[in-house]
Amino acid sequence: MKNIDSVRHVRGESIFIDDIKIPQNTLFAYVFYSSIANGKILEIDFSEALKSKGVKGIFSAKDIPGENQIGGIISDENLFAENEVHFIGHPIAIIVAEKYLQAKEASKKIHIVYEKQKPILDPREAAKNDSFIIPPRVFQLGNTDETWQNCDYIFEGKVDSGGQEHIYLETQGAVVIPFEDDLLKVYSATQNPTAVQRTIARILALPMNKVEVNVQRLGGGFGGKEDQATAWACMTALAAYKLKTPVKLILNRQDDIRITGKRHPYSSDYKIGLNKEGKILAYEVTFYQNAGAAADLSPAILDRTLFHCTNSYFIPNVKATGLSCKTNLVPFTAFRGFGGPQGMFVIESAIHHAANEMNIPVTEIQKKNLLNENDEFSYGQKTKNCFTIKSYKLSEEKFDLKKLQEEVDEFNIKNFLVKKGLAVMPITFGISFTTTFLNQASALIHIYTDGSINVSTAAVEMGQGVNAKMKRIAAKILSVDESRINVDSTNTSRVVNTSPTAASKGTDLNGFAVIDACNILLERLKKVAAEELGEDDWRNITFKNEKVFDENEPTTLTFVDVIKKAYFNRISLTAQAFHSTPNIYFDTKTNKGNPFSYHVYGTAIIQVTLDCLRGTYETDFVKVVHDFGESFHRQIDIGQVEGAIVQGIGWMSSEELIWNEDGKLLTDALSTYKVPDIHAIPKEINIEPLPYDKEKLLNDEFKDQIGPLNSKAIGEPPFMYGIGFYFALLNAIKSFNPKLKLKYNSPLTPEKVLMMLYENNF
Amino acid sequence: MTEFILNQKKIVTDILPTTVLLDFIRREQKLTGTKEGCREGDCGACTVLIGELINNKIHYKTVNSCLVPIGSVHRKHIITIEGLTENGSLTPIQNALVDEGGTQCGFCTPGFVVSMTSYFINNKNYDVQKAINTIGGNVCRCTGYHGIIRSLNRTAELLNSADGKSHLEKLISANIIPEYFKKIPKQLKEIKSAKFKIEKPKYLIGGGTDLYVQKWEDIVNSKSLIIVDKKISNEIIKKENEIIIGASVTIEDFITNKTIKKYFPQIEEQLELFGSLPIRNKATIAGNIVNASPIGDLTNILLTLNSKVHLEGKKKRIIPLENFYLGYKLLNKKKNEIVTKITFEIPPKNFQFNFEKVSKRTYLDIASVNSSIGILVKDNIIQDVRISAGGVAPIPLYLKSTSEFLTNKELTSQNVKEATQIAFSEISPISDARGSAEYKKLLLRQLIYAHFILLFPDKINAEELL
Ligand SMILES: Cc1cc2nc3c(=O)[nH]c(=O)nc-3n(C[C@H](O)[C@H](O)[C@H](O)COP(=O)(O)OP(=O)(O)OC[C@H]3O[C@@H](n4cnc5c(N)ncnc54)[C@H](O)[C@@H]3O)c2cc1C
Ligand code: FES
Ligand code: FES
Repeated sequence: MKNIDSVRHVRGESIFIDDIKIPQNTLFAYVFYSSIANGKILEIDFSEALKSKGVKGIFSAKDIPGENQIGGIISDENLFAENEVHFIGHPIAIIVAEKYLQAKEASKKIHIVYEKQKPILDPREAAKNDSFIIPPRVFQLGNTDETWQNCDYIFEGKVDSGGQEHIYLETQGAVVIPFEDDLLKVYSATQNPTAVQRTIARILALPMNKVEVNVQRLGGGFGGKEDQATAWACMTALAAYKLKTPVKLILNRQDDIRITGKRHPYSSDYKIGLNKEGKILAYEVTFYQNAGAAADLSPAILDRTLFHCTNSYFIPNVKATGLSCKTNLVPFTAFRGFGGPQGMFVIESAIHHAANEMNIPVTEIQKKNLLNENDEFSYGQKTKNCFTIKSYKLSEEKFDLKKLQEEVDEFNIKNFLVKKGLAVMPITFGISFTTTFLNQASALIHIYTDGSINVSTAAVEMGQGVNAKMKRIAAKILSVDESRINVDSTNTSRVVNTSPTAASKGTDLNGFAVIDACNILLERLKKVAAEELGEDDWRNITFKNEKVFDENEPTTLTFVDVIKKAYFNRISLTAQAFHSTPNIYFDTKTNKGNPFSYHVYGTAIIQVTLDCLRGTYETDFVKVVHDFGESFHRQIDIGQVEGAIVQGIGWMSSEELIWNEDGKLLTDALSTYKVPDIHAIPKEINIEPLPYDKEKLLNDEFKDQIGPLNSKAIGEPPFMYGIGFYFALLNAIKSFNPKLKLKYNSPLTPEKVLMMLYENNF
Repeated sequence: MTEFILNQKKIVTDILPTTVLLDFIRREQKLTGTKEGCREGDCGACTVLIGELINNKIHYKTVNSCLVPIGSVHRKHIITIEGLTENGSLTPIQNALVDEGGTQCGFCTPGFVVSMTSYFINNKNYDVQKAINTIGGNVCRCTGYHGIIRSLNRTAELLNSADGKSHLEKLISANIIPEYFKKIPKQLKEIKSAKFKIEKPKYLIGGGTDLYVQKWEDIVNSKSLIIVDKKISNEIIKKENEIIIGASVTIEDFITNKTIKKYFPQIEEQLELFGSLPIRNKATIAGNIVNASPIGDLTNILLTLNSKVHLEGKKKRIIPLENFYLGYKLLNKKKNEIVTKITFEIPPKNFQFNFEKVSKRTYLDIASVNSSIGILVKDNIIQDVRISAGGVAPIPLYLKSTSEFLTNKELTSQNVKEATQIAFSEISPISDARGSAEYKKLLLRQLIYAHFILLFPDKINAEELL
């Protein structure tokens, strides 16, 4: 069965925001933004720009009828700057003209005078100045202070990880069409339609029922359109509302890179204590999160850093402190992994550091400390159905790690100018929104009298295949052919008060809602069929492949027959269901609870080859044992793992954000910000599913700890396999330059690699 | 008037010839399958096929439609994703992408389909590495590319078993391209060659791969001259002891040219690091030289070959390329002068050549530092050598002192080491998005070492150098 969306994609028929057929009178917008990172606006004059050819209006803070506020978690971010600007790219106004280029041209005629102040760019400097988004967050288990004395080894160090630009191939944008009675129809490329709806209402002082947000699909999201699609839709809505004309805003690539948020850069300090055997006894870590100029989702992202600060290891004494530091850079935002990767990179660095000092293999420390059943995380949750060890062991066996390592060692002895490096990267990633209330979703299903079915959920399709998965789930539960089912756009008038499609939870939350809605319909249909067949107990009726069975005996009734009967019997063919994840909670005062419904496990082995003359490198392979649960859409799940691994390696290798001292981003185009191209990928990606114990799965104790149809969330976890790339490459560098002082500072660009190779020889 | 065929449709338009092809396709023709992802040639979402009659035969190649002025497609066949199928069916490439997980969000996908199609149009025998190079200008952020490579392999298998007398018929019978392709050459022949007469053009556009990135907004509204057809030669000629390269020869034509390959057998592979295939299909030699970017790859190579630039304004002039650059983007060239050709002497027997380039991402990236060497060694003595270095000075740099130092010296590791010290005195790198000054200095040393280690593995000991 073909995934219908992909058929449209390959034919170029899929409609993205910029492809929507817009009314003739649509106007085009351009965003005017701050060119300094910190300061006051002393003067601003739009009069020349307003006279510019084709211009129909310029709107700024003073034109906002409601609240000039778009902050989600914390109300600290204005849509348009008022008197002060806090980062380069801080929006100041939107210019609307008959043509895009006219609007852009007019922006050059805006007269503005700033009073510049020195920007803060570094999170540690922000911390020194007490410039925080929220008070410090501390997760604690056991007592580190009392444990240091019992440690045979204690190592301390610093880790830096760079940010990451999403480079969703479709840039941000929105189209807003005003209708009668102040109704606004909004087409937005957002992962969070309800946030767009709520915020437009807030900006325009309209009730939410006046704003309809429709999302067909996104050309990639990766978290970048979770919170940060909102501003552009709001600006477009403001202009459309004011001018009573349709308005379209599409950010050009360079503006998109400059003025939208990215993965947070982090700087961190760690202290790790071990005994002689390599058992980790204590771990202290402080994360300086570079949050940028406003909160955005930073507090929630910081929390996930803390949740994952010990990755796949049980450490009895942990103290993890998270500082969300306010700086004069663009507000950083969600990106696949949501702070988790930054936390995992630090513990893996600490272990690497310890192993090198103790002169034992990294894998030895890793293995001694892997999570076991019922081990406690620093946030109080205990592992259940834990496959950390199983996945690690399996990857060692399946891929013969020992032999791989021997081959690398032998290669490195034989070769002077080329070295290889190998690393193992286990992951343990918690599934659920850690903000508990977000773990809710609903589905609305209509069956039409011809038997065709329409499914609506809160899930936004952005390439992760959630629509195909919803379709498959509905088809399985109703036991009908997938071709009967249409998964509709995500629309705030059909499914309301939605959570963003994020946290890898889209399929889990909405899938369960679809199952429930299908089951409601199924019960009604069974009752209709039972009546028709003269069966007293409707529970004896089953639907299988479009046919009706009574006590497992085939009948002449088909699915469509029953639909028609139901209609004439005046039985509703519409069902709505609501799902909320059971048994999860988290107390943000004690920082203890049970925030995750389950974890996803896996282990990757990564090998790189390093050209020690030029400092360039290639990834030979990534071999993974991954915990899919029971994959019910293998092609999509494999695609998620492959894509995530490449993106993870990108974060660790060539994707480098460089700001100058004025806070200006220098890598603000695809020509300077380098995402992996087809030549940069691992030559081989080998994905083995972790075999599942079915009996255990169906055991009541675990029934809430898995996704729909016994699957597990897939979007984010495999991203973190990419972290292994860093250590594989570092090991290769070290093998050329044994005197190297180990540094943990990602990404490992060819520049950093060459400087490390010749640290003591240049 | 610009006349061309867009898929099956004859277009006759008086739209400004500087209009961006992508905008014409998406806005005027409402064919929205071709996407805009960057407008700077770096993502491939806008890829289209261009068919051109050369000696009465049609040749198809991919271009980034975001960088193509419509005036340059006169008498050509443009194919967008919409033109690859006729009746709602899928081509084998499209089928494979669907079945192998080659598409996720779908935004990059039409560009990939077009690039993949161009590979099968232009290659009778399948070679996966070549196929990957053909689609190397297409960026996908979702799939991690493995599904796309699987799709290439799958299509190749299918095409293998297709029948047909000619390659074209095979392609049609395998449904890779539709039937109507057959009729196109005849239709193109019916279109007359264009004549543009523009008084005082604001810009002179070669391939446009620099100009349309840097100044497209200004260009689209301006009167500019697009170099079409015979205005400036696009041929490579060997004459006596010289090689003459027409100024509008493209990079791809250059590296696949028989004469060039004869004297520089590695250059085709080495210059696969120049942009991507659609960029190389448009980018011209003159554009690379006149753009004067310190990291221009071709300029870097031409410097070591001691090339001469032929200029034509009111008068004709010939100047050595190394004297063409006066400072950052400052040229020894009058405003009205155009470059007509580049010439260099045929290298002597035993001449050796190497080109090195390192960038943040190996392919489709601008060099942090690049360097070329042309060298003649006899009896272990360096008879003649020219080394160039890009990315380490405001101009594409010929390392004059370094080259002079090495000339007539013995080929030893020690001399190579010393040469790098001299090179350091000739350069003035700055820190920017492509690396710190310190890095560029170290990298240049390494690339100079690389030249010698690669060309003289028996004479130069890497462990001695490092
Ligand atoms: C995605 C991408 C990747 C790239 N990668 C590389 C790379 O790897 N290496 C590299 O070196 N470059 C690269 N470039 C830069 C560019 O492709 C080259 O510099 C190319 O050679 C420019 O040629 P053009 O014909 O496209 O120039 P144009 O853009 O047409 O013109 C460039 C300049 O030359 C002038 N000019 C053109 N022809 C003449 C003439 N006959 N006489 C006088 N002046 C003339 C123009 O007026 C203009 O000032 C890349 C560009 C892009 C967009
Ligand atoms: S739009 Fe990206 S290459 Fe043309
Ligand atoms: S499928 Fe999303 S960019 Fe390729």
